[in-house]
Amino acid sequence: MNAADLPSSCDLVVIGGGPAGLAAAALAARAGVQTVLFDENAGVGGQIYRGITATPVEDRAILGADYWAGVGLVDEARASGAVIVNGAIVWSLDPARRVGVSIAGKARLIQARQVIVATGSLERPLPIPGWTLPGVMTAGAAQTALKAQGLVPDGRTVMAGAGPLLWLLAAQLLRAGAKIEAILDTAPRMNWLRAAWHLPDFALSPYWSKGLALLREVKAKVPVIRVDRVEAHGRDRFAEVAFGSASGERRMKADLLLLHHGVVPNVNLALAAGVAHRWNGRQLCFEPVVDQDFGTSIPGIAVAGDGAGIAGGTAAAERGRIAAIAAVAALKPDAILPQVQAIRQRLAREEMGRAFLDVLYQPAPGHRRPVGDTIVCRCEEVTARQVRDAADLGCEGPNQMKAFLRCGMGPCQGRLCGLTVTELIAEQRRSNPAEVGYYRLRPPVKPISLAELASLPISDAERKAVER
Amino acid sequence: MFKRLGSTGTEVMLKVDGKPVRARSGDTVAAALLAAGIDHCRTTPVTGAPRAPYCLMGVCFDCLVTIDGVGSRQGCLVPVREGMAVETQLGRREAGR
Ligand code: FES
Repeated sequence: MNAADLPSSCDLVVIGGGPAGLAAAALAARAGVQTVLFDENAGVGGQIYRGITATPVEDRAILGADYWAGVGLVDEARASGAVIVNGAIVWSLDPARRVGVSIAGKARLIQARQVIVATGSLERPLPIPGWTLPGVMTAGAAQTALKAQGLVPDGRTVMAGAGPLLWLLAAQLLRAGAKIEAILDTAPRMNWLRAAWHLPDFALSPYWSKGLALLREVKAKVPVIRVDRVEAHGRDRFAEVAFGSASGERRMKADLLLLHHGVVPNVNLALAAGVAHRWNGRQLCFEPVVDQDFGTSIPGIAVAGDGAGIAGGTAAAERGRIAAIAAVAALKPDAILPQVQAIRQRLAREEMGRAFLDVLYQPAPGHRRPVGDTIVCRCEEVTARQVRDAADLGCEGPNQMKAFLRCGMGPCQGRLCGLTVTELIAEQRRSNPAEVGYYRLRPPVKPISLAELASLPISDAERKAVER
Repeated sequence: MFKRLGSTGTEVMLKVDGKPVRARSGDTVAAALLAAGIDHCRTTPVTGAPRAPYCLMGVCFDCLVTIDGVGSRQGCLVPVREGMAVETQLGRREAGR
């Protein structure tokens, strides 16, 4: 679809085509609501079902049954009558629910009566020395390349980090034939003590047996080494990983280092729209404040899926349905809708084991708050020392830090440094992340060219409102 | 750094910095560069350090390249097309200039 073919207003805009967005769009469109879903990738599925409609990975065992469950969601959304637009980059959302979107270099503003933000999660940064070298990628990147293009790491691969997804990604890569030399596990062993408290709930959740099976599968093939320090070395590309633990220092030559540090809500669009957020002390990230229908502080804007706090793909779809039921009820009070109570029960079951996983895989302080010359802001190449020094000199918050050091001002707009900068300031100033807060974000949340802006069918005054 | 699991899709030819590079339909520009073993796709504006695609999901912007004359496009979000001209990028940070 071209930008010019889009309606200038619409009942419901869903942003993001992962499980939450697909389920929300399907439910709303089926209830007779005019629904448009924007997704920035070439195909729907989000990260979890990435490439689901076109993956070249034919052997279903490689990506596993949970991945293929995504087919049903896509089919449902496609059959629902929702307009699904791929390659659509949403660069702005304002409190009046005007959605700025860019398709193939042409921009458009659409007035929505209801908006469901389903922008999901992104990988928490793991700022270690050398993490900007070519040859260092996120584990999620390797998974994306596998799902969407059937690309498998070739040569000696090392994985490092923590989080339940690390084990799933390792298992998928191994099944696809990758050679993983070692997994450097950075989750502090002490986490077990606090996590044990939540074990009974986890044992009843669907993740218990799946998680154990994954751990067994991976550990049978790859040495897992507990580490408290990881460094990537190499001149112009990664060549060697150094790591340290209680039993000493080691170095290992490798071709590819895959980092993973759990996932956190992708908050940029909701923040830029002005949605109220709060610090989640268990998941160690900011998340939108939502009600039981995933409505936010701004009327008519809901945030569903992992964007509202990490709970996984199945929970994301249920959350999308709940948000859609509320949106439909607001738009069309007489619409026939599914029973929300049954959906809430399924969601509660999905979320049951979460506390255990959150605590068990809580990343170590040293890996969230780097020191010395380790780069914090990849875009502007700002180091941990610079951020700490500026905080000591009186810089109180992330926005002031932007002015001091340009951190968070590059094209990624703080997605890869925001949490680190907040935590570093909190540590230096003996405060806490909730007090320190996050970068203030303004649209456009994705870089948009002047040519794209110029293609907007709007007045000069309106154009000025979104220009940086 | 990466190998292909199978050979699905059809062959698509790109030009990367003027040299022919074989890709497959269904590749993004960033995936095609990785599959072709290209070691970096841009250098940074601050220190000139080389960067290669890092997240492959539109988050990090380390995959910025010039595509058919338009600078600073996210290679991991753009599907390849026959005859596409991709240029690695030196130092620029603004989108689409
Ligand atoms: S590789 Fe990160 S944005 Fe493209």
